[in-house]
Amino acid sequence: MSTYIPHTSTELQEMLNVIGVKTIDELFAEIPNNLRLNKDLDIPCGMSELEMTRELTSLSEINKTVDKNVCFLGGGAYDHIIPAAIDHLLLRGDFFTAYTPYQPEVSQGTLQCIYEYQSLICSLTGMDQTNASLYEGATANVEAIKMAEAQTGRKKVILLDTINPAYRKVIKTINGAQDTEIITLSFEDGVCDVTKLARAIDDKTAAVLVQYPNFFGCLEDIENIAKMAHEAGALCIVCANPIALAILEAPGNLGADIVTGEGQPLGVPLSFGGPYIGFLAAKKALLRKMPGRIVGKTLDIDGKQGFVLTLQAREQHIRREKAGSNICSNQALVALNTTIYMSLMGAEGLKEVALHCFQKAHYMKSELAKIEKLTVPFTSSFFHEMVIKVPNADSVLKRMEEKGIFAGIALEKYYPNLKDCILLAVTEKRTKSEIDDYCKYLGEALK
Amino acid sequence: MTEPLLFELDKKGRRGYALPKLDVPTVDPADHIPTKFLRKQLNMPSLSELETVRHFTRLSRMNHSVDVGFYPLGSCTMKYNPKVNENIARLPGFANIHPHQNANSVQGALKLLKTTEKYLAELTGMDAITLQPAAGAHGELTGLLIIKAYHNKKGNNKKKILIPDSGHGTNPASCTMVGYEVVNIKSDNRGCIDIEDLKANITQDVAGLMITNPNTLGLFDENIGELASLVHSVDGLLYYDGANFNAIMGWTRPGDMGFDVVHLNLHKTFSTPHGGGGPGSGPVGVKAHLKEFLPTPFIIEENNTYSLKNENDDTIGAVLGSLGNFSVIVKALAYMMYNGKEGLKAASAYAVLNANYMMKKLKDTYYVPYDRFCKHEFVISGKTFAKHGVKTLDIAKRLLDFGYHSPTIYFPLIVEEAMMFEPTETESKDTLDGFIDVMEKIAKEAVENSDLLKNAPVTTPVRRLDEATAARKPDINFYQKP
Repeated sequence: MSTYIPHTSTELQEMLNVIGVKTIDELFAEIPNNLRLNKDLDIPCGMSELEMTRELTSLSEINKTVDKNVCFLGGGAYDHIIPAAIDHLLLRGDFFTAYTPYQPEVSQGTLQCIYEYQSLICSLTGMDQTNASLYEGATANVEAIKMAEAQTGRKKVILLDTINPAYRKVIKTINGAQDTEIITLSFEDGVCDVTKLARAIDDKTAAVLVQYPNFFGCLEDIENIAKMAHEAGALCIVCANPIALAILEAPGNLGADIVTGEGQPLGVPLSFGGPYIGFLAAKKALLRKMPGRIVGKTLDIDGKQGFVLTLQAREQHIRREKAGSNICSNQALVALNTTIYMSLMGAEGLKEVALHCFQKAHYMKSELAKIEKLTVPFTSSFFHEMVIKVPNADSVLKRMEEKGIFAGIALEKYYPNLKDCILLAVTEKRTKSEIDDYCKYLGEALK
Repeated sequence: MTEPLLFELDKKGRRGYALPKLDVPTVDPADHIPTKFLRKQLNMPSLSELETVRHFTRLSRMNHSVDVGFYPLGSCTMKYNPKVNENIARLPGFANIHPHQNANSVQGALKLLKTTEKYLAELTGMDAITLQPAAGAHGELTGLLIIKAYHNKKGNNKKKILIPDSGHGTNPASCTMVGYEVVNIKSDNRGCIDIEDLKANITQDVAGLMITNPNTLGLFDENIGELASLVHSVDGLLYYDGANFNAIMGWTRPGDMGFDVVHLNLHKTFSTPHGGGGPGSGPVGVKAHLKEFLPTPFIIEENNTYSLKNENDDTIGAVLGSLGNFSVIVKALAYMMYNGKEGLKAASAYAVLNANYMMKKLKDTYYVPYDRFCKHEFVISGKTFAKHGVKTLDIAKRLLDFGYHSPTIYFPLIVEEAMMFEPTETESKDTLDGFIDVMEKIAKEAVENSDLLKNAPVTTPVRRLDEATAARKPDINFYQKP
């Protein structure tokens, strides 16, 4: 029996006596015999903490990490610097072993952190309000589309295919199952083809969804796209990179009605894809359509400042069948992670992170341009991610990995017309010498 | 105890972190980005590292948590979250791998996921598992999408999902999300599904029945075999809400009871921390006939080499942008390995023991509407105190004064003034006895001095909060006052 069960044999006996049974088995007596598991589970026997740690450590060491290799992978998750203080705070049991703030009087820590998170996300996105966070980037867009449908009473949504393919797949799965008509528009020079967009938007359109910067790292003209959407009575949803927003104009100031995104870049470990955090912020008019939890500031009966979950007329409570979403939790600990990150960085620090990303990416582009046989297919402005084209991209990526460089994502499996194209990201964590090595080895691989 | 807001600690010029010096030539964004896309202003507070650490440490002390004290919140399984699992999830080989790395560079991670799938399949008696869903409600949605895909493929014209009136809160919303109409099924006087009401509602357009067993009253429905036959007789599917799985691990399995689809909550049964409300993980298991509908990618194992299969003809698609909440899954596997087959069965055994012990002891003082052996949780009603002007809410608030978290209250909806307790197996007899004493004391106070309850709590960082004003004039963003 594991040490997580504290009962002594005497206590067990005392408890059985109180209940009035001889064995624990009797408490399971009502399970019909034919449904009982009358065999041992086919799972190994328990082990000590040391043995378990050794076994899982060995397993972990099979993986190649971004510490022992150099990571130029992006596509929605980025290898940024994570200040050491964050994890120490996240490991406080008072935070990570608490649950949903159902009893606000003993959950003020969690609640105030969420209020602070909400305020910071609003500031970053230029929006009026946000919720306490959602699962991750893809599902945040699913919820944003549902909000737009509820607001406009329309069921058609236009996606630019410069949106992260993984997000589009989730949208197709979940929104598609709710009879949303999904139109996907192909790009031109790495960004939205405005002519195609103008033809696609009509009075049935609930929303246009655009990524900023987009999956290729290029800057979409979200102001113009928002204007086109609004002229048809549709909403504009902008899926933004939160680090980029430190130097890029807030979508809220460029006409976005809803801003979503993946919060991982804000100090969250890569962890092979999760847990991450989806953010979703909106203009005031959409407040009552916001899914998930929201924390509000209020007073207690003594007039002292305090925080509560608010505007939660849905999901688990009354009118359950009428709920617009079934989400009843948030990513509280990850929201806390991003809040601590933003607190440590501050406005100046965050701008600096974004600037370093930008400058290193632009240095890299100028160095890559010197390599023969390498082309850069798109000419649009970019932030810290770009597409390059080289002959035999797959084998080049493999050779780079042998040199300890995760050189980028091969795009052909998502975009058949982008054969031999590679998407690469440069964060503030990359050094000049790592970038120079990349260019050197790539040049050699192409010789 | 009030902690200033982060924004009130702001002092321009302070920094909490320094980046390495920029080692490439600087370029001016203004030369590369059109002016209209350049940020004009960014409001964000500036604090030193120490101030940040103190702010969040002080806030943490305003929370109740499992590490601080008893947390008998029903249907939430607030068991101990083993510390070692946090270390395992933070191993560089798990924390520092990128989701877009090639499969050959993440063989350890893929093997870990596959092993977790196998263990969960064994525990639930299902044939295949997806680890993609990020939470219980997300698992429900995934399971219902699978049910819908199954019926669509067979050309079945299905419209309804049946849910007992004791069902979990998110069940109806999840059904609505995939376009099914919800029909409530009554409970009988034993707290289980009323078979006659179920029979009356079994029609050809029933897509499935969604239940927990044991249910939210903590009661095992021994008619489950018959329920399954009824649903299957119209080609409906049986869905198992695994929120209460901590009651039966190693004793019986949803797959053996006749369930076709199962979701689990790793943050409940498998001890991964609740994190103040997330992240969780809500894997979904299915029987062989539904395997093809699972979300992609599938993890494929061949000769001890792991790869991802991205497409599959009948898949519902994908429900998350990644393979799942990986580090949560790491902790759940560590928990299963540490406990092993005998430890997992013991966990359920002692969870059930603790619940029955508490219920038996409380029965002298509180009204127990369904007086029979419970599983891992039980429900009592506070309605007997109404004559003293005391509500369940008051009892819940008074518990906070004694350093305990309250039970789940006003749920399930079928019990008046409900209080739902789930002690979990990791609590000792001493803890339970201490809690039971306090519950008895509160019952006495309710009769003798009910103001103590109505004014509670008084020892907490704040007292009862004005929720009405919070909803009427929402203040949810520091930068934009209502």
